[in-house]
Amino acid sequence: MLMDSLEFIQQMINGFSLGSMYALIAIGYTMVYGVLRLINFAHGDIMMVGAFLGYFGMAVLGLPFVAATFLAVVGSSLLGMLTDKIAYKPLRNAPKISLLITAIGISFFLENTFNVFFGGTPRPFNVPEYMEYIINVGGIIFSVASLIVPIVTLLLLAIILWVLYKTKYGMAIRALAFDVNTVNLMGIDANRIIMLVFGMGSALAAIGGIFWAVNYPSVEPMMGVLIGLKAFAAAVVGGIGSVGGAVIGGFIIGFTEVVVVAFLPEYSGYKDAFAFVLLILVLLFKPTGILGINFDKSRF
Amino acid sequence: MGIVIRKDQWINLAIIATTLWFMWLASTYFDEYTVRILNNIAIFTILAVSYNLINGVAGQFSLEPNGFVAIGAYVTALLLLDGDAKEYQYDIEDPYPWILGLQANFIWALFFSGVFSALLALSLSFPVFRVRGDYLAIVTLGFGFIIRILAINNPEITNGSLGLNDIPEFSNLYWTGGIAILSVWGILNIVNSKYGRAMKAVRDDEDTAIAMGVNTFKIKTFAFCTSAFLEGVGGGLLAALLTSISPDLFTFFFTFQLLIIIVLGGLGSTTGAIIGTILVIGGAEWMRFLDEPMNFGFFETPAMPGMRMVVFSIILILVMLFAREGIMGKRELKDLFKPKSKL
Repeated sequence: MLMDSLEFIQQMINGFSLGSMYALIAIGYTMVYGVLRLINFAHGDIMMVGAFLGYFGMAVLGLPFVAATFLAVVGSSLLGMLTDKIAYKPLRNAPKISLLITAIGISFFLENTFNVFFGGTPRPFNVPEYMEYIINVGGIIFSVASLIVPIVTLLLLAIILWVLYKTKYGMAIRALAFDVNTVNLMGIDANRIIMLVFGMGSALAAIGGIFWAVNYPSVEPMMGVLIGLKAFAAAVVGGIGSVGGAVIGGFIIGFTEVVVVAFLPEYSGYKDAFAFVLLILVLLFKPTGILGINFDKSRF
Repeated sequence: MGIVIRKDQWINLAIIATTLWFMWLASTYFDEYTVRILNNIAIFTILAVSYNLINGVAGQFSLEPNGFVAIGAYVTALLLLDGDAKEYQYDIEDPYPWILGLQANFIWALFFSGVFSALLALSLSFPVFRVRGDYLAIVTLGFGFIIRILAINNPEITNGSLGLNDIPEFSNLYWTGGIAILSVWGILNIVNSKYGRAMKAVRDDEDTAIAMGVNTFKIKTFAFCTSAFLEGVGGGLLAALLTSISPDLFTFFFTFQLLIIIVLGGLGSTTGAIIGTILVIGGAEWMRFLDEPMNFGFFETPAMPGMRMVVFSIILILVMLFAREGIMGKRELKDLFKPKSKL
């Protein structure tokens, strides 16, 4: 197929923006997996709660966009830490399957509670006007939002990497991913560090959720399911346990999706299936992903 | 020398005889609504005991039932509908000619449903079980979505989101109950065989199981395919019971219900799975009041569709946090009759 270079650049910008959102959510999956070896099924739904908090902040409280985002970030990270405290912490020494079942329970609980109280129909998200402003550079058309999303993502990634590799807390998180017992022996409160990981992951998920709501201007209770699945696929593609890998995986999934929809429109009905196919391929041929660490050893 | 029947075998025979008698009683005297619930209980028993095999006995967390049940339901529906009935109802796209030609009787349709599901399970096993970790859960969760996407996007085969209607109603209590008894018997035989013991070993300590020479990939795959086979058969029975199926029937809620059943009954216990089925499927009917408006005397709540699911998820979390063993733990019926060991 002959492709227009202009259209190609256009699609790359879209892919970059979509990939950033997957990346933001994938970081939460990968960090929690690192410290707990748990697929946190509720992570996608925490992102949904974040998007809803942003929506409420603007539509109900009348806050400006940035303040509503701040509210969403704080609210989501509190929720993330709360789920850890209530649901995951009592099960630290239980069989792994109990933890996974509880995670699925939390996920289903969040989805259906929001469904019951706020309805299943998508609600329009008020995007601030400056985000929707269209820029036209030599025929390439994009909104300010699709420029802000990747920039903020890269900024947040830099902050996360700084925390992980330059602060004492980051050192504790990395140590925890390596060996729990030794971390406890070193006098570090593992539970506090795990809670911190949940808080950080959920805050990023909330920002991802808000960006999602800005790009597809609506929020609905089930939005977290599919996005969560794809973001997890992104985390595995990039190498589960590695933050940089999660970002790379997010971009890969975002780009494939955009490219397929743009250049193979007859397959666009299957757009949601590509992340899954990629996940299967990675598990088959390189289970540790691109930047992965081998987590074969069982812990706890 | 006659055949010696042990005490627990007498109990099993008595249970089977009582069930058969009850099936006859129910299909002769009970009203249609009750029979429908009993049919549901029988089908969900098949699904729950097979789901319990992979989740409870082999300890591999999986979220597959809705996908395989959907496959079973579609295969059976396509095999049971005759060519004219199919041609008549494909509204979105014309069906492929080979779809029109598909035809089999009920028992073969169920068998093919099972085999088709098991083959798909086999193909999923390779990426999932070759690596450690809980990838089965996320891959099967995604699989359920993919099956739905495929069903919606291939109207030449599945009639898209309209689904298939007027499926001949073959299922009755003898079919559903009979297959339920057979599957419970089959699953119990597997659990008590060397394969079942290997599954439990993998669940309790994978490293030790490997050290003892258990081929964990083979054992996990075996458990997964067996449970997929029975879920396919259950899906076929469901299609022939409901007479119309559509992609929206097989959402994640379906899997979630089964998860509650086996967790409530006790992960790893087949008896528990059966008890859980009766409680949850019976209870789900009873809990319908939760979705309707409620009058507390001093204030009235509006109708809240979906409230049942919230209650279900709270029950699941509470059971996991405070009563992880469920009703039966890992015990079976026969363990209840054993004298308590004095330690």
